[in-house]
Amino acid sequence: MLGFVLRRVALIVPTFIGVTLLAFALIHLIPGDPVENISGERGMDPERRARLLHEFGLDRPLAVQYASYVAQVLRGDLGTSLTTHESVAHEFATLFPATVELAFFALVFALVVGLPAGMLAALRRNTVADYAVMGVSLTGYSMPIFWWALLLILFFSVQLGWTPVSGRIAVQYDVPALTGFMLIDTLRAGDLGAFRSALAHLVLPTIALGTIPLAVIARMTRSAMLEVLREDYVRAARAKGLPRWRVVVVHAFRNALIPVLTIIGLQVGLLLSGAILTETIFSWPGVGNWLIHGVQSRDYPVVQGGILLIATIVITVNLIVDMLYGVVNPRIRHA
Amino acid sequence: MTSAPLVDIRGLRVEFGSAAHPFPAVDGVDFAIDAGEIVGLVGESGSGKSVTALALMGLVDFPGRVYAERLAFGGRDILAMDAGERRALAGRGIAMIFQDPLASLDPCYTVGYQLDETMRLHGNAEERASAAVRRARALALLREVEIPDPAARLRAFPHQLSGGMAQRVMIASAIAGRPQLLIADEPTTALDVTVQAQVLELLARLRAEHAMALLLITHDLAVVSESADRVVVMYAGQVMETGAVPAIFETPLHPYTQALLDALPEHNLDRARLATIPGVVPGAYDRPAGCLLAPRCRYAVERCRAQRPPLEPVGRGSARCHFPLDPQGRPTRDWKVVRAGASAA
Amino acid sequence: MASSIPASATPEATFAPPSRLREFWRAYAQNRGAVVGLMLVGLLLVLALGADVIAPHPPNEQYREFTLAPPVWHDGGSARFLLGTDPVGRDIVSRLIHGTRLSLAIGTISVAISLTLGAILGLIAGYFRGAIDTAIMRLMDVMLSLPSLLLAIAVVAILGPGLINAMYAIAIVLLPHYVRLARAAVIAEAGREYVTSSRIAGAGTLRLMFSTILPNCAAPLIVQATLGFSNAILDAAALGFLGLGAQPPTPEWGSMLASALEFIQRAPWVVTFPGLAILVTVLAFNLVGDGLRDALDPKLRS
Repeated sequence: MLGFVLRRVALIVPTFIGVTLLAFALIHLIPGDPVENISGERGMDPERRARLLHEFGLDRPLAVQYASYVAQVLRGDLGTSLTTHESVAHEFATLFPATVELAFFALVFALVVGLPAGMLAALRRNTVADYAVMGVSLTGYSMPIFWWALLLILFFSVQLGWTPVSGRIAVQYDVPALTGFMLIDTLRAGDLGAFRSALAHLVLPTIALGTIPLAVIARMTRSAMLEVLREDYVRAARAKGLPRWRVVVVHAFRNALIPVLTIIGLQVGLLLSGAILTETIFSWPGVGNWLIHGVQSRDYPVVQGGILLIATIVITVNLIVDMLYGVVNPRIRHA
Repeated sequence: MTSAPLVDIRGLRVEFGSAAHPFPAVDGVDFAIDAGEIVGLVGESGSGKSVTALALMGLVDFPGRVYAERLAFGGRDILAMDAGERRALAGRGIAMIFQDPLASLDPCYTVGYQLDETMRLHGNAEERASAAVRRARALALLREVEIPDPAARLRAFPHQLSGGMAQRVMIASAIAGRPQLLIADEPTTALDVTVQAQVLELLARLRAEHAMALLLITHDLAVVSESADRVVVMYAGQVMETGAVPAIFETPLHPYTQALLDALPEHNLDRARLATIPGVVPGAYDRPAGCLLAPRCRYAVERCRAQRPPLEPVGRGSARCHFPLDPQGRPTRDWKVVRAGASAA
Repeated sequence: MASSIPASATPEATFAPPSRLREFWRAYAQNRGAVVGLMLVGLLLVLALGADVIAPHPPNEQYREFTLAPPVWHDGGSARFLLGTDPVGRDIVSRLIHGTRLSLAIGTISVAISLTLGAILGLIAGYFRGAIDTAIMRLMDVMLSLPSLLLAIAVVAILGPGLINAMYAIAIVLLPHYVRLARAAVIAEAGREYVTSSRIAGAGTLRLMFSTILPNCAAPLIVQATLGFSNAILDAAALGFLGLGAQPPTPEWGSMLASALEFIQRAPWVVTFPGLAILVTVLAFNLVGDGLRDALDPKLRS
């Protein structure tokens, strides 16, 4: 098992190096003067420019620059935002929990609804239930997230007034940020009103973000279950006289989970993409929103740092999913 | 046979396909199995032998439909049972093992878990109550099926077993419920030749020790001639002949059985080419109106093509043929007369 | 025993097997959703090609007196602007129809670029293996490690906003999927006998790759291309929505939604219809893609 883990970790090292290369190259690929891009100053006099050039190390050979960039990154220094003049790493760390909270609940939503829906569709193949689930699923992943979010707001917030339109919590609550996860922090502060408000603010963004993963998971679960239900061991389990629920859950579903788990891993990347859009619509103070503002305002340290960090997180999560795969599928462990 | 048979099947019919165009995978199966007997169910691929077994187990799913005049086990009418009672029968009264043992074990769980699962459901009161008792029995079962180092095997996953060992595990799991009937569907087809003999011997021994009946389904006549007490020969979904071993091999009643025997390598030692049965098994849409074998039978005459023969007792066995064979292997009754009459007309 | 006398066999009726196209259509048409999808795609094509003729108004013409006019079925709406007008008075129907042309163009161009480049890279990687294979696949892994929208945003951040740059960005995002597919297909095919016999017959490498191997890898690539089309449209809309893709006044569906949030209470139709157009288009291509996959599947398996 340890060999399996080590091998997986070793495989991602080149990918990670590639990502740092990409982030590093970003600054140099952007049209325009790198000095201007990094400092944010335009039209400097040549003397100042030369000084900044040297200060930023841009006069050194590229390989050296790259090495020093990697060294910086490993130290945790990702530069300073041009707009807020805060450390990029610090800003990311402050805003990331909001995105995680949103993505987490979206994934939970997608699993809680998607897995049973897919199972139901497989067990009731070619019936109304099956067509309904597949139809909803197809619509789900054919929709643009931002439009779906707008529709949800239109219906639930504007027409029905059930949920708030934007933000993470009602303005009047001032919650000390201990963990950065609003639900936890409000509970720790003992403020139930704030907790309820945070919960209410989570509802629509979660549904909006979780819909596409839900659709994909439902689909995948259905097709995985259909394949597994045809297998010999399912027939043998029934021949043993096992109760139906046991055959379906303990044997069929457990085996169907294997391909579904890979899909779930892929959803993380999708969730982060979607988070960018969802946060924009709901004014959710997470890293997606932050990154977009960075791109729109040409705040290159933010763009560079944001891309590097998000890519790293995605790679790490995929690594964890990969290893979970080894736990779930005994055949891989001994390979 | 003084007491009622363990398994009594009469007029079994299993249909697939739509109601408008049904395809009878099994259409006219009658046979019985006595307690403690070994019955071999023989036939080509597509003869309906596996479907018969599945019907007995209650494993034929929609869109398949099962009809029978009588389908009884241990004197109880299976057709009258509800789903729960049928399920209770599976694994406890009747157990079944399948052709590909490695595929029949759930790859995500250990051997021990899967044996434990069976015992929790079908074990005796002691076994159902205590995990330790179940484990002890699991070890005993594995030893009984001649698996070396049973304790290690309990921890193993199916993909770590060989085919022969997996089949032994399946057998162990099957007898864990102390069934009265064990159905073995092509138990040795997926195994190496050397292992085949061992598994068959094992089955025969277990049958004797546990006073189980054994329904051995196979396309291999050699397997059946060694192990079985009686043989049922199926073709295209119908029973063509039943008879006792070794009589059925020495003096077959049905031309199909005769042709099958003819095709065995042992009976072709003096020839340059193996004898074969020309033609193909009728498919869904070209089932003859008369005897199903008529298009391929060397003795077929007009009556065979026109009228489907019923399964009738002949001597100590039964045959579905208008002109069953005599001990010399030639068709009896008025066959010559009828044949001559047909050619004269 | 005498050897068997063959029974008289009925002569087999001979018939010509149906052409591959017909066979394919029969398999495809079994899936009703796929047929609906195909019809929708046809309709969209008609709208796109005939936009100039079909649209009632020029897409960028602003009718100052009619800003935020409601659709015809609301009171205050008129048949002149069937689905209402946007905040600066442009007819939504006309913008949607012209947007169809844009979306289909974006999809076609992005997928074409990506598919061509991806197939070539995949063929090279899968055929030559070794260091070049590792290099290409590592690059693809890096690209796949970024969420697709993020990668597109990164490319647009470098190149600058605009419709053309958005197309390049999308082509880059789609690339790894085609490379992987092509490579996997080549590796599977390269061991087969017909390749070996071609090589023995003296076929050169290029010829081998393109005339011999590629046609047999076509099926999965085609399916992925159709599904890539849907992704391209969604990504283009997302970029447009974020202001990073098509710039105003281009009638791209995503950018039409960009300013919609502030009008969501006053004029919900500005929000609903462009999104609906995206949904219908993507749905159509997804249905077609699914239908293609199911129809080509048995052949894929064999």
